[in-house]
Amino acid sequence: MSFVLVQVIVGGLLLGAVYALFSSGLTLVWGMMNIVNFAHGDFVMLGMYVAYVVYTLMGGGPILGAPLATLVLATVGVVVYFALIRDIMKGPMLAQILGTFGLALLLRYSVFWWFGANFLSMPPNIVGGTYDFAGLRIEASRLLAGVVALLVTFGLHLLLTRTSLGSKMLAVAEDQTAAQLMGIRPDTMQAVAWAIAAGATGLAGALIANFFYIVPTVGETLGIVAFVTVSLGGFGSVPGALVAGLLIGVIESLSGYLIGAVYKDIVVYVLFLFFLWFRPQGLMGKM
Amino acid sequence: MNFKHVTGLLCAAAMSLAVGSVAQAQDKVVKIGAILPMSGGTASIGAHAKAALDVAMDIINNPHPELGNFPLAKGAGLAGLGGAKVEVVIADNQGNPATGQNQALRLITEEKVAALFGSYQSGVTLTSSAIAEKYGVPFLNSESVASNLTERGFKWFFRTTPIATDFAKIYVDFLADIKAQGAKTDAVALVHDNTEYGTSVANTIAAAFKEKGQPVALDIAYPVNATDVQGQVLQLKDKKPDVVIMISYTSDAILFAKTMQSLDYKPAVLLADDAGYSDPSFTKAVGKISQGVFNRSSWVVGPSGSPSAIIADMYKKKSGEEMDDTVARQMQGFFVLAEAIDRAGSTEPAKVQAALKATDLKPEQLMIGYKGVKFDDKGQNILASGAIIQLQDGENYVSVWPKANAEKPPVLPYKGW
Repeated sequence: MSFVLVQVIVGGLLLGAVYALFSSGLTLVWGMMNIVNFAHGDFVMLGMYVAYVVYTLMGGGPILGAPLATLVLATVGVVVYFALIRDIMKGPMLAQILGTFGLALLLRYSVFWWFGANFLSMPPNIVGGTYDFAGLRIEASRLLAGVVALLVTFGLHLLLTRTSLGSKMLAVAEDQTAAQLMGIRPDTMQAVAWAIAAGATGLAGALIANFFYIVPTVGETLGIVAFVTVSLGGFGSVPGALVAGLLIGVIESLSGYLIGAVYKDIVVYVLFLFFLWFRPQGLMGKM
Repeated sequence: MNFKHVTGLLCAAAMSLAVGSVAQAQDKVVKIGAILPMSGGTASIGAHAKAALDVAMDIINNPHPELGNFPLAKGAGLAGLGGAKVEVVIADNQGNPATGQNQALRLITEEKVAALFGSYQSGVTLTSSAIAEKYGVPFLNSESVASNLTERGFKWFFRTTPIATDFAKIYVDFLADIKAQGAKTDAVALVHDNTEYGTSVANTIAAAFKEKGQPVALDIAYPVNATDVQGQVLQLKDKKPDVVIMISYTSDAILFAKTMQSLDYKPAVLLADDAGYSDPSFTKAVGKISQGVFNRSSWVVGPSGSPSAIIADMYKKKSGEEMDDTVARQMQGFFVLAEAIDRAGSTEPAKVQAALKATDLKPEQLMIGYKGVKFDDKGQNILASGAIIQLQDGENYVSVWPKANAEKPPVLPYKGW
């Protein structure tokens, strides 16, 4: 195995961890309430802009930007839940799709109006440059995003499976009426789920902002990847999203390097469809 | 009658007033439809173009004696149409060929525009100009460089910008010149996206090098708006070409610059084909890690007091950005179209078409560095030309080639960061 190939695989793993990070919020909302949030990519975008504003106003790097983006987006999540999601959940599937899609456009073009269409970028090396391990190059900002992705995914998994809050959330997801009879308020639990999901997404955005460009339409580019990751990993499965993210990252990098970048999406989607043929519930999803 | 009714009535009254005043001014307004990317991945280009068109309208519609003999600047409005004002109707193409086509149809049939202008992306220009051709409405393109656009035998399509074949020749000559000065330029790699612009320009450049007996060593295509380009940069790092030519829109150009830095890759010569590399947001975002990148341009700001310097100043006041090559070519194209309508003395399509065909502008009548504007039978400006510029300090491009009008000599090798 050539040395370049090692670099390709390491790059793919780091990229995949980031895919996993920004997909975990989507899979959570999907699993909890069966809502497809088309505004998900734009939540990532908002997180990026929060990080950018924190940087320009206070000069703070990710230490300040990431927690603030998490808080701001968690708040946005709760507001969106009470203002929009709670009502459209009662409507037909189409209302949910169009509702969140409308939200996506509203967020995108609000940012567009406020910040303009220009591409923005965090200053290079805001997170300590690039490490060189005997020629193998790892960007500190990507490494940070990858490590946080693993921690957040693990944390979300623990929260859902090991805490009473998690059990309550899952109970609401399983059967709302039964949960209500047990004294659990579905409204509160779902609002909490939205806060967590949107917060994690904001965190992802703030971390991605350190090595990606920032533009109002960036949610379009990133949103599609999140959907593929979540369906491959299994709807509602947080560990599934992690494995799927890493897989897609490595497959994309390898096929991009070995076969050619224009073919990499073909490879990814052929494998994706082929896989769903055998296992429509995804890697770790339940039927 | 409650509050709602009152506001309703007031609105109706206001609307009828507005309709009335439009009707009055109608015979004095020339509408031009501009199809531009106002949203989507290249929306920054659309925003810059809109500011440029606002400045151009100001210059045409109001007296600007400070611009001297610059066409249409002196008086108010188009003298040939009794001082009629020019009005631009902007339509968003979303960077999408199908949307561009629909907008062309809407502008022609509903807005009844006298001519169309646009559409930035070669792929969108391809589809929207086909509608103009079908309806017999003049279409002026100022910035799409895919060669095939003027090879379709269209009668209503006019293009002011130099095109891919011109640039390919410039690149070949420029590289031969710096080779003579000792740089190594034998192995050339092309990196381009898979849009109409990326593929057709790459093909044209590859053909030009082949003709020179120096076939391109490496051709790397990638999907537009990529999420990751590490694989492509590693391919370059592995094959070690002497010259890398980048054909990319802004988003991918920024991602390549960042990835090249993180993977510590620097070719000896990095040469960009305009597009993303001329977007001011590119230089702001990653200029400091792209020091020494070469680029093509037809825009050179003249000495202070010259029309080009005054116009650049007006544009900066309007948009807050420095004038760049793309927006300068767009503005120049718009002036050419307005000048032809003025000379036609009418908005009748056939007359405007005839006036465009007869266009013969001299360099001193232009705001940009073309040798003039004169269209051949295919509608291509045969006097269009360009130069090579370099981002030496990471902030502003300076012209470096050809030597005759270079501000500074080219600096080699590529410095990066």
